[in-house]
Amino acid sequence: MVVPLIENWAKGAALEVQEYVRLVRAAVVGVFTSPRYGHDIIEQFDVIGVGSLTVVLLTGFFTGAALALQSGLTLDQFGGRAVVGRLISASMIKELGPVLTALMLTGRVGSGIAAELGSMVVTDQINALRVLGTDPIRKLVVPRLLAGFLMAPVLTIISDFVGILGGWLVSVYQLQISSGIYWSSVTQALYPQDVWMGIIKPFVLGFVIVTTACHVGLRTTGGTKGVGEATTVAVVTGSVAVIAVDFFVTKILIAAMY
Amino acid sequence: MDTQATQTAEEILSERGAPVVMFDQVELAFDEKVVLKNISFTLISGHTKIILGASGSGKSTILKIITGLLRADKGVVWVNGERVDQLSEREMMAVRADLGMIFQEGALFDSLTVRENVGYKLYEESAMPIAEADQRVEEVLGWVGLGEYTDRMPSELSGGQRRRVSIARAMAFKPRILLYDEATTGLDPITATTVDEEIIKLRDLEHVSSIVVTHQLRDAFYVATHMAVRGADGVVTIVPATPEKEREAEFIMIQDGVIVFEGDADALRRSKDPYILTFLS
Repeated sequence: MVVPLIENWAKGAALEVQEYVRLVRAAVVGVFTSPRYGHDIIEQFDVIGVGSLTVVLLTGFFTGAALALQSGLTLDQFGGRAVVGRLISASMIKELGPVLTALMLTGRVGSGIAAELGSMVVTDQINALRVLGTDPIRKLVVPRLLAGFLMAPVLTIISDFVGILGGWLVSVYQLQISSGIYWSSVTQALYPQDVWMGIIKPFVLGFVIVTTACHVGLRTTGGTKGVGEATTVAVVTGSVAVIAVDFFVTKILIAAMY
Repeated sequence: MDTQATQTAEEILSERGAPVVMFDQVELAFDEKVVLKNISFTLISGHTKIILGASGSGKSTILKIITGLLRADKGVVWVNGERVDQLSEREMMAVRADLGMIFQEGALFDSLTVRENVGYKLYEESAMPIAEADQRVEEVLGWVGLGEYTDRMPSELSGGQRRRVSIARAMAFKPRILLYDEATTGLDPITATTVDEEIIKLRDLEHVSSIVVTHQLRDAFYVATHMAVRGADGVVTIVPATPEKEREAEFIMIQDGVIVFEGDADALRRSKDPYILTFLS
């Protein structure tokens, strides 16, 4: 009774992985070969990049501000309030900026992609595209992949900056640290490797978020209920993948750069 | 030499009476469930094949195999002289250039306007100049009587209008074969008749070969027993078909993935098969 269940689960999981790999391969080939749909690529840069700006700005700002409040309290115990900037910049650039931006993108962009592609599947629009001579991977996945891959680092850098800015506001007005001390402390703890880590990680996370959402969306079945389920699965899978991939990428980058 | 041979094949296929779609002992199953079993038929150029059957009998699956959206497990499928059952997705694109399909519910792209939907293939997948594509879009929308709806979104259209836009989209690039998947299902009789008349006009005036999948008997017989004629004044009218014309529309009845009847409207009416009698009653 249990063995067939495990066997079915394993088969299903293997099939999902196989289909995901096929999608990723086709999308990567689509990036480097013609035809490309230029206006769809530009549109997705706007939707994924510009469209996510508000949520990323707010998340980054309040994370930096909260971090300053918390670390100010802790550092006070050691008389180290003046180095709060170090802690904020290191935390935001190396870890919180990339991961929180990626999680926000998963919630906003991943769910949107899964819902949009899922609706297109269940209403036969994907089949209509194929019959009209369009490869859905090139038309729908490649523009989203390019936008997610390239805009995630840009959004992360913006998030890092406003996070440090939020930390500065709290440090100056709440913790009574002078601006000069804060900003010099921000740059003191940063090494070039930290900056590289903060820039490289979002490329990988952006890729993972978009490909996961496209895969889940394109495999939607079961009408509008299926679209709802696909959206949930895309967000849950994407969020877990972001955290897990972040760990492995961090491990690889530490081994390679430090 | 090869070019000459290809041209000859194209000439043969474009002649009336040439086979444009051929199924030879096609079978398909999803896991344990047999969807199609030993399906064989031929669609002749300029003719109509009407596939009847209850919901879930495998009718729409036949259209998906023709367009390469599904692949048959067994058997041979020819479309426009190409054996499509072994083609890759990329190779299938060339075959689809001459195929138009009208999906159940229309399958219009809901983020595009009527104009963008109808001209999708011309704008996105052809090198046709924009002005020429716009002209063709207006021409086909005028043909289906929706010339004033170019800037509407699909959500602003009624069910019948959506089907007619879907027909316009399928015919915009002038395919020689049109496949209708339940094009009139869910429509009121008057709207359904307007869709039927578009099917008849395309067949008789544009010489498009068509496969009509439906379980709506009224529409099936209407398409089979009527023809479109253009008068000297250029006005198109739908009139009862001549006996010769009626014979150009052939019915296929499918029951649980198996063909149980093949013949013209008259033979279908005279059939004594219990399933067909139940279906027709």
